[in-house]
Amino acid sequence: MQAIFGNLLLLDPKMVIMWVIGGLLIYLAIKKDMEPSLLLPMGFGAILVNLPSSGAITQGDEVGVLDVLYNAGIANELFPLLLFIGIGAMIDFGPLLQNPKLLIFGAAAQFGVFAVVVLATLLGFDLHDAASIGVIGAADGPTAIFVSQWFNSRYTGAIMVAAYSYMALVPIIQPPVIKALTTKKERTIRMRYQAANVSRLTRILFPIVVTVVAGLIVPRSVALVGFLMFGNLLRECGVLDSLSHVAQNVLANLITIFLGITIASQMQADQFLNKETLMILGLGLLAFVFDTAGGVICAKVVNIFMPEDKKLNPMIGACGISAFPMSSRVISKMALAEDKQNFLLMQAAGVNVGGQVASVIAGGMLLNLIAR
Amino acid sequence: MSSLVLQSLAVMGQGMLGVFVVMALLALCITLLNRFGNPTKKNAKG
Repeated sequence: MQAIFGNLLLLDPKMVIMWVIGGLLIYLAIKKDMEPSLLLPMGFGAILVNLPSSGAITQGDEVGVLDVLYNAGIANELFPLLLFIGIGAMIDFGPLLQNPKLLIFGAAAQFGVFAVVVLATLLGFDLHDAASIGVIGAADGPTAIFVSQWFNSRYTGAIMVAAYSYMALVPIIQPPVIKALTTKKERTIRMRYQAANVSRLTRILFPIVVTVVAGLIVPRSVALVGFLMFGNLLRECGVLDSLSHVAQNVLANLITIFLGITIASQMQADQFLNKETLMILGLGLLAFVFDTAGGVICAKVVNIFMPEDKKLNPMIGACGISAFPMSSRVISKMALAEDKQNFLLMQAAGVNVGGQVASVIAGGMLLNLIAR
Repeated sequence: MSSLVLQSLAVMGQGMLGVFVVMALLALCITLLNRFGNPTKKNAKG
């Protein structure tokens, strides 16, 4: 009987709580369609690693498969970089290339990253953990994993749960912040959209230029920016359609499967169930709020200097958050809700893809500014 | 204020400045790419 039921005696109430949390992530993924590609594997993985004497993780001399995967792809930051190739291949930078001034809102919407670094230090986290928590505000999973692993943060599991959960909650987080910072008159500003031709040469040179410029100023961002832009170059070169297709589909999906379930190895009850996790969840939410506020306020400041007929709708500043394409859809819907003839999708999409670039630069800045 | 918080404030200042500088440079580069890299516009001028 001991051989059959002995393991049950090792069951800890904390493990059961983690089952509930894992189940909640699975529920959110399936029922609410919240980032299912990550939350479902993370939820299931959280259950896997919180079974007594789980064979999925290392027990004494027996190396668990999740730890093998973790060392193979997360601890050395490989998986997020490979995923970035797929993400880069998926992104159409066309709306941004038509109006490159929109990049500035991407920059402004990284305010939450750095503001939360400060808040986290005020709450007692060391600078490495504070930077890892702040990068939740990059609203970009691979960047968050890369930075938190670079700094060897103990809180990777909580950081990933926060990052992906809040990315999925952008439609709930952003609108109240935007409405608090703008007037109805500002929200109904119409922006004229003129489709401009972006040459193939520009589309091809863009990823190369971004990599070189970012790499010269922020050398530690080269891996992140470079892999993202490599994926984009595969898409835009026009002669590697099969590789682009593989990057967007096979590579991205394969890495996503491994990433989600492997990150869960950091969700063991002892590591996850502590007051720091709650603080990280709270700080992560603040990062998204400050990101949104930073972008909107930047747009309002720019409007001070714009003539009446060229004013920007400040809501597009909120799209500088890297949650693509969710944020641009949210702002487009908000604009239509205020004025049925106000179509902002293309401008919002331009800012949103700019935010993707800015978030990677922000992550690179953290790596550059804080010694390992 | 602890030295750690002051350090984080410095990171914030330099970090935001760095992001803005890079994005402004990229905006300039893209503007130049659009100006000199569009063969349709070149033909129209010719």
